[in-house]
Amino acid sequence: MSEWVKSERQVEREQIRRTRARRSASVATLSTVVFIVLLVWVVTNSPGWPRVEETFFDGEQFLKALPDVLDGFLLNIKIFLFAEPLILIVGLLVALARGITTPAFFPIRALATLYTDVFRGVPTILVIYLIGFGLPALRLQGIPSDLATLGVIALTLSYGAYVAEVFRSGIESIHPSQVAAARSLGLSHGRTMWFVVLPQATRRVVPPLLNDFVSLQKDTALVATIGPLEALRQAQIHAASTFNYTPYLVAALLFILLTIPMARFTDHLAERTRRRRGA
Amino acid sequence: MSLLSIEGVWKSFHGHSVLRGIDLEVRPHEVVSLIGASGSGKSTLLRCVNLLETVDDGTIRLDGDDITDPRVRVDDVRKRLGIVFQAFNLFPHMTVLDNITLAPRRVHGVSKAQAEEQARDLLDRFGLAGKAGAYPDSLSGGQQQRVAVIRALATQPRLILLDEVTSALDPQLVLEVLGIIRELKESGMTMILTTHEMGFCRDISDTVCFLDGGVLLEKGPPEQIFREPEHERTRAFLRSVLEAGRL
Repeated sequence: MSEWVKSERQVEREQIRRTRARRSASVATLSTVVFIVLLVWVVTNSPGWPRVEETFFDGEQFLKALPDVLDGFLLNIKIFLFAEPLILIVGLLVALARGITTPAFFPIRALATLYTDVFRGVPTILVIYLIGFGLPALRLQGIPSDLATLGVIALTLSYGAYVAEVFRSGIESIHPSQVAAARSLGLSHGRTMWFVVLPQATRRVVPPLLNDFVSLQKDTALVATIGPLEALRQAQIHAASTFNYTPYLVAALLFILLTIPMARFTDHLAERTRRRRGA
Repeated sequence: MSLLSIEGVWKSFHGHSVLRGIDLEVRPHEVVSLIGASGSGKSTLLRCVNLLETVDDGTIRLDGDDITDPRVRVDDVRKRLGIVFQAFNLFPHMTVLDNITLAPRRVHGVSKAQAEEQARDLLDRFGLAGKAGAYPDSLSGGQQQRVAVIRALATQPRLILLDEVTSALDPQLVLEVLGIIRELKESGMTMILTTHEMGFCRDISDTVCFLDGGVLLEKGPPEQIFREPEHERTRAFLRSVLEAGRL
């Protein structure tokens, strides 16, 4: 009674579970193999396949373009690494500004609302054009002229608006009783936000934020439109000189290599949150 | 034959044993109460019966069918059981009527008209006739819990499990929920319940089980358990409940 000795029934039960686990694993493997074989068969038997293979999957062109595209890709990573923290700061500040209820600060709130409305409405590529060509044309002192920097500014403005909304929905998802508890302890609106609401809200919005960052990683390629030599631009240059599109494949592969770990990390975090919630 | 039979059930979480070899038989139309301190394993036992938890060892039979067999389809077992939770767990985006008719319509294939008629009958019977179109948030806790009982009842289960169904309610609301459970007993429903309401437990139960540290220490008719418990642990538990003014 006091110590558990596994019964025969339980041993048999675990045996059944193992058998079933093995069976589902083999079914999964088999169906995956069948699926891949079918897909490859359909693609390679299409009428235009030889032509596509030649233009997109040229091994020689691949190796030739790789060093330059990889070099350009480092700039993409740099743009991303600079833009990301800036976006977080802008997004958080705008989200907080939209939550201000003090009448005297109405202009700030209105400005924040206007900002999110405008920059969520304008396509990112247009923002990049407007900032990339418009900002230097003002010829103001201190405005950067470096194209990558302008790209970072444009991406920050565009993504900041999205991230602000993510933060705002996180803040609004915290139950009012939490605010009531904090305010009744005498904490001001600001302190309530900082010590009680934001820590809970941030944890909740990490998965959607990471999702936005996966999207940002590949949107760094849009900066190519104003000219800095990043991965897509390098691939374009190569493709234009040989009329072979394999360099684009190189760029695509590099972007995938960067975004997949981020996507898996997002999944991992979401799973961890789910498990922590119990059940 | 027993309606439910539990034999040698073990369950542990993260190396901590919560159930340590529980044996229990429930006859048709019997009302069985599980009492004991928090953490004694009452709720876990109910969750094991509903297959919300997988037992580590032992067998649970419902109408003679081994429901702990890994080949059993969990949904088929749950179709035959009803459960009512401490926190009601009504679906906030559905009206009372939709909460009640969801499972009959989507699981048991009852027609909309028939399911709604049956739901309205049940609402009438339990004094909630005017609330069919209301949303859970607009109801009092007692009303919500009564709706939850009706929702469990609507699928005509063989057995209803009630897990601390009055613990989240104000004292004056407890009575209306206890009233509905009493009615269920009179209609012959088989029930297993965990509760802290000792007066009610003594009143409604055919059998009372005292759980202590995951062991079913003592079992018997309420008169025996409450008047002359055999074990010192049972006496100590009842004394502490008495002091807390719950008896």
